[in-house]
Amino acid sequence: MTYRLTDEHEELRAVVRELAEERIAPRAAEIDEKAEFPWDLKELLAKQDLLGTCFDERHGGTALDTIGQTILAEEIARADATTSLIPIVQKLGALPIILAGSDEQKDRYFPRLASGEWLIAFALTEAAAGSDVAANRMRARLEGDCYVLNGSKRFITHGSVANVLTAFALTDPDAGGRKGMSAFIVETETPGFSVARLEHKMGIRGSPTAELTFDDVRVPVENRLGNEGDGFKIAMETLDRSRLSIAAQAVGIAQGATDVAVRHAADRTQFGQRVADFQGIQFMLADMASQTEAARQLTYAAAARVDADASDLPYWTSSAKLVAGDTAMRVTTDAVQVLGGYGYITEYPVERMMRDAKITQLYEGTQQIQRLVIARQLLQRAGAGARPSDRRETPA
Amino acid sequence: MKIVVCIKQVPATTAEKRYTSDLRLDRASAESVINPLDEYAIEQALRLAENGAAESVAYLTMGPEQAGEALRRALAMGGDEAYLVTDASLSGADEWATAAVLAAALDKLAPDVSLMGMASDDARGSLVPGAVAAKRGVPLLSYGSELSLADGAARIRRLTATGFDWIEAPLPVVATVTDQVGEPRYASLKGIMAAKRKPLETWSLADIGVDPGTLRDGALTRVVEARPPEAKPPTERIENVGADEAAMKIADWLAARKLI
Repeated sequence: MTYRLTDEHEELRAVVRELAEERIAPRAAEIDEKAEFPWDLKELLAKQDLLGTCFDERHGGTALDTIGQTILAEEIARADATTSLIPIVQKLGALPIILAGSDEQKDRYFPRLASGEWLIAFALTEAAAGSDVAANRMRARLEGDCYVLNGSKRFITHGSVANVLTAFALTDPDAGGRKGMSAFIVETETPGFSVARLEHKMGIRGSPTAELTFDDVRVPVENRLGNEGDGFKIAMETLDRSRLSIAAQAVGIAQGATDVAVRHAADRTQFGQRVADFQGIQFMLADMASQTEAARQLTYAAAARVDADASDLPYWTSSAKLVAGDTAMRVTTDAVQVLGGYGYITEYPVERMMRDAKITQLYEGTQQIQRLVIARQLLQRAGAGARPSDRRETPA
Repeated sequence: MKIVVCIKQVPATTAEKRYTSDLRLDRASAESVINPLDEYAIEQALRLAENGAAESVAYLTMGPEQAGEALRRALAMGGDEAYLVTDASLSGADEWATAAVLAAALDKLAPDVSLMGMASDDARGSLVPGAVAAKRGVPLLSYGSELSLADGAARIRRLTATGFDWIEAPLPVVATVTDQVGEPRYASLKGIMAAKRKPLETWSLADIGVDPGTLRDGALTRVVEARPPEAKPPTERIENVGADEAAMKIADWLAARKLI
C-alpha cells in the first residue's frame, strides 16, 4: 500500500501551522503554568472548522482523510500538546459513534460536535482497569426504557469539560468485561453524573484529566451503541484507530522541540563559536530530525491503512504510536540537552515539551501494550496465534 | 454594491530573496504570500459584505500565473470570484504599467469600490491606488482606518496627527485602507474547500483591451541596483557585572557617542 501527500495536505499543513504559530504557540507556556483548559483556543479551532475534521459534510464536518487529521494534530502539537488534544479527543470520543452508532445517533450528536459547540470525551478507563480493560466494573442495569449507570471512571481526558461522553459499563457482569460490557452515549447534564476531581499532572497540564462519578445516571436505551455486549469490541476498534492521533501528537512535539533546538544552537555562542558549529551538537540535531521524520512517515503510512480499513491496521497504528512516542521522549530530552541550562527553565519551551512527551508513551495504550498488539499480529501472520492468556487491552 | 479588492502576491517578509541578472526577484527562491497590508483590505471588504453593505466581493491581481495562489487564498477567506491578469509582456512592470493594467481590468469589472491595501510589502511605492483612480477618473479615498458605504457614497475615517477626518465621495471610488480596520481573519477549513469551487478567471492583456505596445515594456522606471541591507554591527552586551558597573559602562558608551 502506498501513500502520497497531496497539495491539499500541504495546504492544510500551511494553514494550521500559521494558526498554531501565531495564535497557539504564544499561549502554550501560560496554559501549562496555569493548568487551565484553553477555552479561547477551543473557540478558535471551532471557528476555523478544525474540530469537525472526522465528521461527514452532511453533519457539518469537513471529512478529512486520516492523513489530513494526522497533519492537523501534528501541527497543533508542534506548538502546544495540550491544545492538540482538543481535536484529538473530539475524534476519540466520537469514534465509538462513528464505528457503531446508528444514523439516528449520528444525526443527533454529530452536528454539535462537528461545529465544536459541544465537546465529547471517551470514558473507558477505571482506577483498577487501565491496560486491563476487561477488568472494568461500572454497571449498567436495564430499568424500563433506561439503563441506570453506577460506578466511576478515572483518567478521563476532557471528562470535566465535555458535554457528552461515550462511556463503557457492564450490562452483564457475569459475562465479564470482554463479553458483558456495552457502550453508551451519556450527556453530562444527566442527573447523577459528577466530576469527582481533576488530576495534577506532569504534562499536558491544560488538558483536564477527570475522575467521574456515575450515581444512578439514567441513560435512554436509544443511547446504547450497537448491541448489548459490543462494548469491548467497540472500545478496541476505537483505540486501534485513535492511537494514531497520539502518534501524530508525538511527532508534532518532537518536531517542535527539534525546531527550538536548531534555532537555539544557531543563535547561541560559546567558546567563540556558534553552539551549532560543534560537531557533537550537529550529531544530536541530525538524530533528532531524522528520527522525527521516520516517525512521521510511519504515522502517515499507518494513516493510509486506517483509511483503507486494512485488516492489519492495529499492527500499523501500534507501531506508529510506539515509535513516535519513544521518539518524542528521546528528542525532547535531547532538545533540553542542546539548550543546556536554558532547556531546564520554564522561560524556554523544551522542558514543557519533554514533560508533555512522556504522556505519549502512556495513554491510549502504554508502549508495552503496543508491543503486545504488534506481536500478536506478527504471530497471527505466522500462523502461530497468540496464547489465550494474552490480554487484548489498551487504556484511554 | 460591488467591491473589487486589488491584491498583490509578494515574497514573504522573512524569506531570503535572490535576484535574477536583470535585477528582478527570483520568484522561485522565495515563499510567496498575499501582501500583508492587502489582507486588511480583504477583511474590510468581507465585513462590508457581512453587514449587508456590499452584495459581492471579487479579487483582482496582476502577476505571473502563480499569483493565482494568492487569489485562491483570498477566496478561502471569503468573497465570490477572482481575476488574474497575466501576460508575458508584463514581467518587470512598474507602478505605472500596473496601474494602467488594473485600471483597464477595473473598467471591465465596473465595481462601485476598488479597494486596496495602503502599500505593498515589497516595492512600497504606494502609487498604484492614486494612479488607478486618476486613470479611471474616479475619486481616491486613501488611508482609511474604516470604510463605510451608504446612499451612493463611500466614506472613510482617516487618522490624522490631531484626530481624524471623515472623507466622503460619490461612488464609484478607489479606496485604500490601513492596518487599523481590524485583524484579518484566518481562512477556515470550509473556506479553503469552498475556494476551490469559486470562479477564478485568467485574463490576458487582449482580454482587457490593453495594447502591449502602449505599456513601453511595462515600465517607465528602471531598477539600477538591488542589494541586501547592510549587516548591523553586533550587539554589545554588558553581562555578568554588578548594577553600578553596568550603569557606568552604559554611561561611558553613550558619552563616547556624545549622546549624553
